[in-house]
Amino acid sequence: MQTNDAKTHQISRREFLGGAAGLTFAASIAPGGAWLVSDANAKSTEHEIGAWVRITPDNRITIITPAAEMGQGSMTGVPVALAEELDADWSTVTLEMAPAEPEIYGYDRRGGRVMRITGSRAIRSYFTQVRLAGAQVRKALLNAAAEDWGVDATTLTTEPNTVVHAASGRRMTYGDIAAFANVPETMPAVTEADLKQPADFRLIGTPVDRADIPAKVDGSAMFSIDVQLPGMVYASTAHAPVHLAPPLKWNDAAVRKLPGVIDIVQLEHGVAVVADNFENVLAARKALKVEWQKGAAEGYDSEAALDERYKAVAGDKDTRAVAQAGDADAAFASAAKVYKADYRSDYGYHAQMEPLNAVARFNGAGDRVEIWEGTQSPGSSRASIAKALGFDRSQVIHHQMYMGGAFGRRSITDYTVEAALIARETKKPVKMIWTREEDLAFAMFRPQNLQCLEAALDDDGRIAGWRHCVIGDGDRLLYSGINIEDYYGVANRVIEQRGVSHGIRLKHWRAVAHPFNLFAIESLVDEMAADHDLDPFEFRRRHMAMTPKAKAVFDAVEALSDWHAPRPEGRALGLSVTERSGSLGAGVVEISLDRDRNRIRVHKVWAAIDGGIVVQPDMARANIESGIVYGMSSVLRERATMKAGAVVQSNFHDYQVLRMAEAPEEIQIEFMERNTPPTGLGEIGNPLIPAAVANAFYALTGKRLYHMPFTPERVSAALEA
Amino acid sequence: MIKLNVNGKKVGVAAERKTPLLWALREHLELTGTKYGCGAGHCGACVVHLNGRAVKSCRVALGVAAGGEVTTIEGLSPDASHPLQKAWIAEQVPQCGYCHSGQIMQAAELLESNPSPTREEIVSHMNGVLCRCGTYTRIVSAIQRAAREG
Repeated sequence: MQTNDAKTHQISRREFLGGAAGLTFAASIAPGGAWLVSDANAKSTEHEIGAWVRITPDNRITIITPAAEMGQGSMTGVPVALAEELDADWSTVTLEMAPAEPEIYGYDRRGGRVMRITGSRAIRSYFTQVRLAGAQVRKALLNAAAEDWGVDATTLTTEPNTVVHAASGRRMTYGDIAAFANVPETMPAVTEADLKQPADFRLIGTPVDRADIPAKVDGSAMFSIDVQLPGMVYASTAHAPVHLAPPLKWNDAAVRKLPGVIDIVQLEHGVAVVADNFENVLAARKALKVEWQKGAAEGYDSEAALDERYKAVAGDKDTRAVAQAGDADAAFASAAKVYKADYRSDYGYHAQMEPLNAVARFNGAGDRVEIWEGTQSPGSSRASIAKALGFDRSQVIHHQMYMGGAFGRRSITDYTVEAALIARETKKPVKMIWTREEDLAFAMFRPQNLQCLEAALDDDGRIAGWRHCVIGDGDRLLYSGINIEDYYGVANRVIEQRGVSHGIRLKHWRAVAHPFNLFAIESLVDEMAADHDLDPFEFRRRHMAMTPKAKAVFDAVEALSDWHAPRPEGRALGLSVTERSGSLGAGVVEISLDRDRNRIRVHKVWAAIDGGIVVQPDMARANIESGIVYGMSSVLRERATMKAGAVVQSNFHDYQVLRMAEAPEEIQIEFMERNTPPTGLGEIGNPLIPAAVANAFYALTGKRLYHMPFTPERVSAALEA
Repeated sequence: MIKLNVNGKKVGVAAERKTPLLWALREHLELTGTKYGCGAGHCGACVVHLNGRAVKSCRVALGVAAGGEVTTIEGLSPDASHPLQKAWIAEQVPQCGYCHSGQIMQAAELLESNPSPTREEIVSHMNGVLCRCGTYTRIVSAIQRAAREG
């Protein structure tokens, strides 16, 4: 498999459609109509069209890949599913990144099409759609060969890139067909019944190398921060320390006199300095003194709020019910035993390694802008840039770049809108980079929260009632992963959310609310198991009414981790379920405790995951490994706080993310063998970590951790409790 | 004009002596394989070799590098054939890929002086380079593979 030169990111549709000889299969946006149309139709249609697959006489295949690449591998994994049904020889496939046109390259969602890659959505959303497209192209190739040979198409089969007529022994490559055939006026119809059975997969389930990796080992992979344009100038924005406070005034004249300074641009929530090179931008940015208006978070103290106000709100009646079933009040009223515990979690920062940035260039007339950015959502980003400029979408030419990490931060591209506004004002091509300090100060955080849990056991010791209330800011950002019925059957339950509001920017973080919700749920389950003097697996089996899917992953991880085998002195195991984006799993961690520094060390991690059909096992494994380390980072190190309305931490020295010395020595992942459609695997790794680590800590010390992250101070306090 | 030798070529950079080497390489010389991550020496995305030693280029002034020999990821090998680059592909190490120029340059310094490092030596040498995607276990495997396969 080859990719194009990393520096060419955008396909030229005209070139793709009208260029060299061969077959181009394009997509039509006609609702409910044939998904693929012919080249001729594509050129004549009034509909917006775009190429998806091109086969050339040299027997090479180009597939447009619609999935934004942030390291998860989907730019390779999605085309694998198409190539499977096309019966392509993967070594002949070249990938090209799709332009930001969701009507053509999006997946179906709620009656429309979007290209947004969030919620581990790439593979699971595109899976059937691109397989149907691949099957359709294959059928067109079969029909063309059948006509040429004068045989019935149903007598033909395919091998990779080859049509075979077994009766006569004749063979023809896809390239041979591309040399003489035309794409039919009307593409052959296919349905899901035409798709391969899993037993016949040649590519799905068999690892291929990721297309983006070669460029990521020699420095040639292009991120937006790497874009160079003739005459380009540089910019960086200062935002108010108190989120979203507008600028009032600043030392404009003094900063304009500094070396290389070209412009100072006022933005709604910031002031940007523009200079001839980035070192001059940094100097000017440092000299810039802005007086800000008031922001909503003025005076906010996050630690005090979590300690005091959240608890008061917990008793408030202003409640939003997220889910309820049965009669929880009755279950609690008749309970033989009730368990209660509160759990807390601090703010989390995405900390993607590439500080947010974008490049923007206007044409001379100022009525067209070209954008280079890395975004999880090219379609909506392009639309929001157009909106901010008062443009039509067609006036925004969008170049999607690799993302130096995303983790949910890059589905809103406020940074790119800034770059466009600065470039318009400055009338020069601009590379706008937020410094790391700015990226952190003006971050969009995973919200801090308090969770109050109660479980009611009936006379038989079964969990009959469940109450879970999460208190915090951010509404939907608080309650993903809170529904235990996905893995434990509890007949009577009330799941609630109570809001507070602080004016701090918030956003989806990897797995959103799952990490802290599963921390609370699985910590309480472990506490009940310990109180029953039962092994955690045994307690779940006897008292928790596990779903069959849950039982299977728990059984698998019990064996995988060799749970019942003795561990070395000073080591202990902890267990947790994990659930996200349709996938379910269970994980075990082995920890030790550095008692001099009160630091928990995670040595080994085992996870058994049910993700349906795993399209690319090694990429899936890499995603889960990544999630596990991300989860460890969030419970062992990461913590953001606000004082006087401003973020306290400023860079990686005080917002610490996990380093190699604290990474696990071993991660073992087992996928359940399933023929069900793929589910998300990008965020299944981190939700299992908080409770597994806390439960292992209990196994090791007999003490409970109730507040993540598990800092040395909290570990120390727990040990003394 | 500050002169130095980058990837075996003599170059001049029209920038102040105090300009961080990182920005001279990335924006003046357009060698963008070296990355900006924190600008404060915490993350190691900007690691290059200066006179054979791995340095965080965001913390080295251009004037300090003047007259020196700088090697960036673009100059580690002419065709991505360095044992570490091959091992990085074999182990499918990078995810987002942003930190890996720094990771590979940091690892290259290690193998230069210690062709068969232990796991502990690898971790100790690599601990200054952050990977937010958490590819650490694969980085260790890739360095061990490069040491083995050469």
